[in-house]
Amino acid sequence: MSYLHNIGTYFLMIAEMFRKPTKRSVMKNLILKEVDDLVISSLGIVAFISFFVGGVITIQTALNITSPLIPKYLVGFATRQSIILEFAPTFISIIMAGKVGSFITSSIGSMRVTEQIDALEVMGVNSINYLVFPKMIALTLYPFVISIAMFLGIIGGMAACVYGGFSTLEDYITGIQLDFIPFHMVYAFIKTLVFAFILATIPSFHGYYMKGGALEVGKASTVAFVWTSVVIILLNYILTQMLLS
Amino acid sequence: MIKVTDLHKSFGDVEVLKGISTNQIEPRDVVIIGQSGSGKTVFLKCLLGLFDYTKGSIDYDDQKFTKLSDDQKRNLRSKIGMVFQGSALFDSMTIAENVMFPLRMFANLSESEMQDRANIVLKRVNLDNAQNKMPSEASGGMQKRVAIARAIVNNPKYLFCDEPNSGLDPKTAIVIDNLIQEITKEYNMVTVINSHDMNSVMEIGEKIVFLKNGEKAWEGSNDSIFKTDNEAVSSFVYSSNLFKKVREMYLRD
Repeated sequence: MSYLHNIGTYFLMIAEMFRKPTKRSVMKNLILKEVDDLVISSLGIVAFISFFVGGVITIQTALNITSPLIPKYLVGFATRQSIILEFAPTFISIIMAGKVGSFITSSIGSMRVTEQIDALEVMGVNSINYLVFPKMIALTLYPFVISIAMFLGIIGGMAACVYGGFSTLEDYITGIQLDFIPFHMVYAFIKTLVFAFILATIPSFHGYYMKGGALEVGKASTVAFVWTSVVIILLNYILTQMLLS
Repeated sequence: MIKVTDLHKSFGDVEVLKGISTNQIEPRDVVIIGQSGSGKTVFLKCLLGLFDYTKGSIDYDDQKFTKLSDDQKRNLRSKIGMVFQGSALFDSMTIAENVMFPLRMFANLSESEMQDRANIVLKRVNLDNAQNKMPSEASGGMQKRVAIARAIVNNPKYLFCDEPNSGLDPKTAIVIDNLIQEITKEYNMVTVINSHDMNSVMEIGEKIVFLKNGEKAWEGSNDSIFKTDNEAVSSFVYSSNLFKKVREMYLRD
């Protein structure tokens, strides 16, 4: 029953987010701050992980191609497909659920514990709109982060491939250009936008409705990470089934 | 004017408020007292609309709170100032930004007009030199004064204070008490204060409501509290030897 109650409360929170909007001039500044906190501050870790995971994907693919009949350029092809279809949109989103999600839950949860949310409500501010809406809008820039992850993943793969001696630069570039289907990018960005919405709202839900003190803020962050990851994985499957099959 | 009639509030099976009614609360200080767990904070949060009550009514200027539309509630809340027990300052904003926050949200003022208004109220609470500090850099007493400044910046009609003296030393507590009392008169507000600090109650409690186990056990003034033979009030107020002696001296005189 509590799951159903939580799901219902989550959707009521989403509806409430669009009611009684905060003043435009205030909201503009909130959105810019969230872009900085959620998007810009994540670029470093996303770039680092993408570059090296791209390299690892390439090495593992190259090492598994043992047959001399398989052309070397397939290493680039497999790397591109793995990164664009799965690694960048999904794997990075799981990492972001840990980084951005726990930040959102703990910051909103701390506001709940210290009665700052009550203070907003007493003043007549729609606290859900004030706290959650700017995060959702800021994360519409999330596809930009994923584009960087795709680019650096492929560059990391290229570096590992060429400097590791698995194939030539020309073969790798041939591979990443081979049979490119533009719809795969559309699919990746549709997933990314859905995951961005999940990343903004599920951690916010767990922070906003948490009860207790500092210990519960920590617990709420952990629960938010688990549920954000679970929902991302489930939606990944559903969207893949709907868009690619 | 606030009037509370037969207010009930339950959390699940636990009834926290069991039919509290008060006389009309006119512009002046009203102090709600009672032991921890007596329902003071729940009562205050019901008055503020932060908790939906189970039964009864709260009237603001003869308008029932539950019958107000969302816009009317929003309008009413813009006339309410609240000082929370832990001050509830926005920790990502400076002291000046905290004070300007209600103006930024609801008033159509220019940046300089908001700054001027914030300066006036910060000066009123003797914090005109602390504008650029972050709340974490301010002492407990300063944070309480910032919270008071933020609560009054919009010229509210009602001021609610939840244990404004908790965690403060006696001298700072008196400063805060006096400030609330002076501001109530200056702004002609209805001020409702939750407290179990008896110094504060005797200092500013023109009208006192005593809650026990979610019920109103007594209502009176800080003068009449000395004369009451109400068992519940006496055991709470005169639990310290100091107040027993004060009462004896008062009655002797």
